[in-house]
Amino acid sequence: MHEVGITQSIIEIAEQHARAQGASKINSVTVEIGALSGVIAESVEFCFEACASGTLLQGTRLIIIRIPGLGRCGECGAETAMEQHTFACDSCGGFALETLQGTELRVTELEVD
Amino acid sequence: MCIDCGCPTPDHSHHHDHKHDHHHEHETQPATKTLKLEENLLAKNDRLAERNRALFEARGLLVLNLVSSPGSGKTSILERTLADLKNELSFAVLEGDQQTANDADRIAATGVPVHQINTGAGCHLDAHMVGHGVEHFDLAATDILMIENVGNLVCPAAFDLGEDLKVAVLSVTEGEDKPLKYPQMFRAAELMLINKIDLLPYLRFDLEKCKAFARQVNPQIRIIELSCHSGAGMEQWYDWLRQGVKAKGKEL
Repeated sequence: MHEVGITQSIIEIAEQHARAQGASKINSVTVEIGALSGVIAESVEFCFEACASGTLLQGTRLIIIRIPGLGRCGECGAETAMEQHTFACDSCGGFALETLQGTELRVTELEVD
Repeated sequence: MCIDCGCPTPDHSHHHDHKHDHHHEHETQPATKTLKLEENLLAKNDRLAERNRALFEARGLLVLNLVSSPGSGKTSILERTLADLKNELSFAVLEGDQQTANDADRIAATGVPVHQINTGAGCHLDAHMVGHGVEHFDLAATDILMIENVGNLVCPAAFDLGEDLKVAVLSVTEGEDKPLKYPQMFRAAELMLINKIDLLPYLRFDLEKCKAFARQVNPQIRIIELSCHSGAGMEQWYDWLRQGVKAKGKEL
């Protein structure tokens, strides 16, 4: 629901770093969005163009890397894929999964001129 | 000028000087560079939340972030809690809603200091709003700060406000599978209040199933069943609050 705000953060962070490097143009910006981050990658894609308009990111290519969720079972210690917070352990069916990966929400790379 | 967050005025009017790109084919192209970053998209909020948390810690405040869907009874629980405990503990309340000061008016009627934050189109409170919101209170004279978030089980889960913990409210007029439908929120909460239990005889709400679902997404969650209308279970909630204040090193 707050993907516009998230997208604005992408733009704010990218502009800040690009300016600090004296760049006049950003060719691409790469962001990681985890499956458990609560942010819908498609929605970010959808509003990126509108949010980027009039900024240094107008015309910039948005590259989204989706990070799958991964958890460790508190019962049996096995690692298991986790696409939602409700997933049970694949090995023993336990629910006390510790999240290892999938909550990522960050800008990782900028290609600038 | 806000010294904490750097915003130019307290009314959040940030200035961004927008550079517009003009492409001229004849210009020599500068070299392309790749910059590696590790910037969390919520870093700004998280930074301000830590600032809030440090302020709250220094004052020995217990800070609760109340989250739920609209209509679960957050404000009603607060009204009753304030009425019953205001002579024992000192409260301050931040009210978050998209529009109106209706909730703040209800809280103000109890005599407890309250400040309304209207988020407009925003779907959640953020740490910046809370940082400015608490400027309206005498925090040194407060035991518990209650932050009633915007009624929304999705977005407030992601935004740390600097609170000690989140309290999720779910009423029995909602589906018992809400914890499964909105796992992020129930995973982020340390306590779940199941409200309106006085209505259970008239509903097909399966209380045990609801609790099992909540524990499925969050095995550690504490659960208190109550009705702010009949008063059932409220004493358990009050004891939980008293323990929280004691844990902050305050004498009751």
